[in-house]
Amino acid sequence: MAKLLNVENPTNTIRKDTLELDFVGEHALSIPTFKMLDDNGELYKGAQKSSMDKETAIRIYETMRFIRVFDERMLAAQRQGRVSFYMQCLGEEAAVTGSAAALEDKDMIFAQYREQAALAYRGFKLEQFMHQMFSNEKDFGKGRQMPIHYGSKELNYSTISSPLGTQIPQAAGYAYGQKLKGDGACTICYFGEGAASEGDFHAGLNMAAVHNSPTLFFARNNGYAISTPASEQFKGDGIAVRATGYGMKAIRVDGFDALAVYEAVKMAREYSVKNNAPVLIESIAYRLAAHSSSDDPTGYREKEEEETFRDNCPVERFRKYMVKQGWLDEAEDEKVKEQIKVQVLDALKVAEKVAKPALEEIVTDVYEEVPAHLQKQYEQLKAHILKYPESYPATASRIGESK
Amino acid sequence: MAKMNMLQAINSALAIAMEENENACIFGEDVGAFGGVFRATSGLQEKFGKDRVFNTPLVEQGILGFANGLAAQGTLAIPEIQFADYIFPAFDQIVNETAKFRFRSGNEFNVGNMVIRTPYGGGIHGGLYHSQSPEAYFAHTPGLKLVFPRNAYQAKGLLAASLESNDPVIFFEPKRLYRASVGEVPEGKYTIPLGKAEIVQQGEDVTLLAWGAQVEMLEKAAEMAEKDGISCEVIDLRTVAPWDVETVTASVIKTGRLVVSQEAPLTGGFASEIAATVQEECFLHLESPIERVCGLDTPYPLAHEKEYMADHLKVYEAIKRSVNY
Repeated sequence: MAKLLNVENPTNTIRKDTLELDFVGEHALSIPTFKMLDDNGELYKGAQKSSMDKETAIRIYETMRFIRVFDERMLAAQRQGRVSFYMQCLGEEAAVTGSAAALEDKDMIFAQYREQAALAYRGFKLEQFMHQMFSNEKDFGKGRQMPIHYGSKELNYSTISSPLGTQIPQAAGYAYGQKLKGDGACTICYFGEGAASEGDFHAGLNMAAVHNSPTLFFARNNGYAISTPASEQFKGDGIAVRATGYGMKAIRVDGFDALAVYEAVKMAREYSVKNNAPVLIESIAYRLAAHSSSDDPTGYREKEEEETFRDNCPVERFRKYMVKQGWLDEAEDEKVKEQIKVQVLDALKVAEKVAKPALEEIVTDVYEEVPAHLQKQYEQLKAHILKYPESYPATASRIGESK
Repeated sequence: MAKMNMLQAINSALAIAMEENENACIFGEDVGAFGGVFRATSGLQEKFGKDRVFNTPLVEQGILGFANGLAAQGTLAIPEIQFADYIFPAFDQIVNETAKFRFRSGNEFNVGNMVIRTPYGGGIHGGLYHSQSPEAYFAHTPGLKLVFPRNAYQAKGLLAASLESNDPVIFFEPKRLYRASVGEVPEGKYTIPLGKAEIVQQGEDVTLLAWGAQVEMLEKAAEMAEKDGISCEVIDLRTVAPWDVETVTASVIKTGRLVVSQEAPLTGGFASEIAATVQEECFLHLESPIERVCGLDTPYPLAHEKEYMADHLKVYEAIKRSVNY
């Protein structure tokens, strides 16, 4: 133990001095992982008591069940060439749904791209998911972004942006605005452990910490950034430990455990809103699925590794808990799963027949009003399409239709 | 009316916006008690409090990322980037996020409540990292408005309009003129419309076009040319994107000649965009090739700043080439 000298210092740090020459090790701080539920859906011996009521538990379970069925069907639809792209939540359903459940509706969500379960928990409808994926005229994003780039003003879910990590400092700014307005709300920001390597991660956490912004940074450490394993992504004790460097509280939680995630985020939310301070939450889970429908994980990881984690199924674990609580009828559960499959297919068939957005949407929303040069470019494009209608069949027949 | 320099005019526009919008925030490196590196935000923290006028950490991508979130939340965000030369760490947040927020979400979300203020341009012996005019990079990105004042009066009115705009604006402040440009400026609020060029001086023989500090070079060159019997029409573009094609082309159709000048390097600069559009719109009216008077295609030098700049003499020579073609 080093002999410490206490000396006043003018910097914004709590600093002690020593005469002993030694490094501080890279594992000086190791953060434990908070757990409640074991694989059998039983509370660990000595685990803390759950504060989750039946209604919330049912809504969490229903969301996870829906997302799992939905993901499976949509990946199949992508394989059939009906949807151009898809990303599954597989393996992280509990992390995403459990955290979303711990929030209030007025809280803002800035997601990365694998958090469709949070949006579903908020009430985004099956049809709305489908319209976005088919880039049709009912898509809130007006067919401008790739599939899975959802967004909903009504549900306080900021539209997904493709560049990685850009939402991190934005969440800090959004939360700062919430604080100024004094509405007792906060902002949660999801990102993967890979995105935590981006400059925006540092920028965002530092800004939030310095400006006392009620932001919940939720790092989904799922082991892989596309093909790069966490071991090639960072050194040291994961993502959570970095919070200490920013002067911020942190908690690490078992991302397969919906109960534990719920309690952790609930506590973080309460602390954040009360103290106007950010919190970093690290969920430890495993991305069971491929990164996206364009990725093939057999090229970079062993099947055995995936199988190990398949046994840690977060949905199954919570299902067992629900059954033990007497909150779920297993026969009924199977029936509902089948019903969801049918509903998803029905919604898909409807959405794929909905027309594309009007051609005019190509120039709207660039600015609040369409400026003259864009109006001119649009008129030129329209005239061109009308000259070669057979080459632009989706739009040629609809030009002139009023919106 | 009061005598104000450009910094005082900017400060006055900011103070009015802060009074009108109870949550509006000004933030950036050193903008708090210190009042910013050029003192444009002097006294504002004292007046509006540390929650609304604050120093940020030294992180441009953080400032702009934070601003994007704050504006998306509905609060008027007025970030300052200390020098336009230092805007590049925030480039991704501006071109991929600020500029596309509304379009990508189908207007579910937008960051129209944002004005990024940044001092730009040469003439202050700043060398290659304190003198750049990076507007062309941003003009290439749909969704941003780029505004340039040429004097104190314009600065206050254009900034007030930018702060009211529902589109994100980058407000480029010519730092060479911060203290040099002094004029009569109303103490109350007024706005000058964005997207509108101003004909600063009517003329018959040749149209001279520039924006920001460069307009001063046009005025001096026009004065010299007048002694040679050449009548110049001087236009201040004021908004670089989206720009006022109509005013510019109407003038070129009248004069038959165009000299366009910018501080930034020649290749790929906004002057080239203007030249392309004008030849398309005014081809049969042109009496001579469009002249571009720009910075060299080199980084901005320190010792040879005077030689490097697209000064009034270079503009004057271009005017003569154009008229005598």
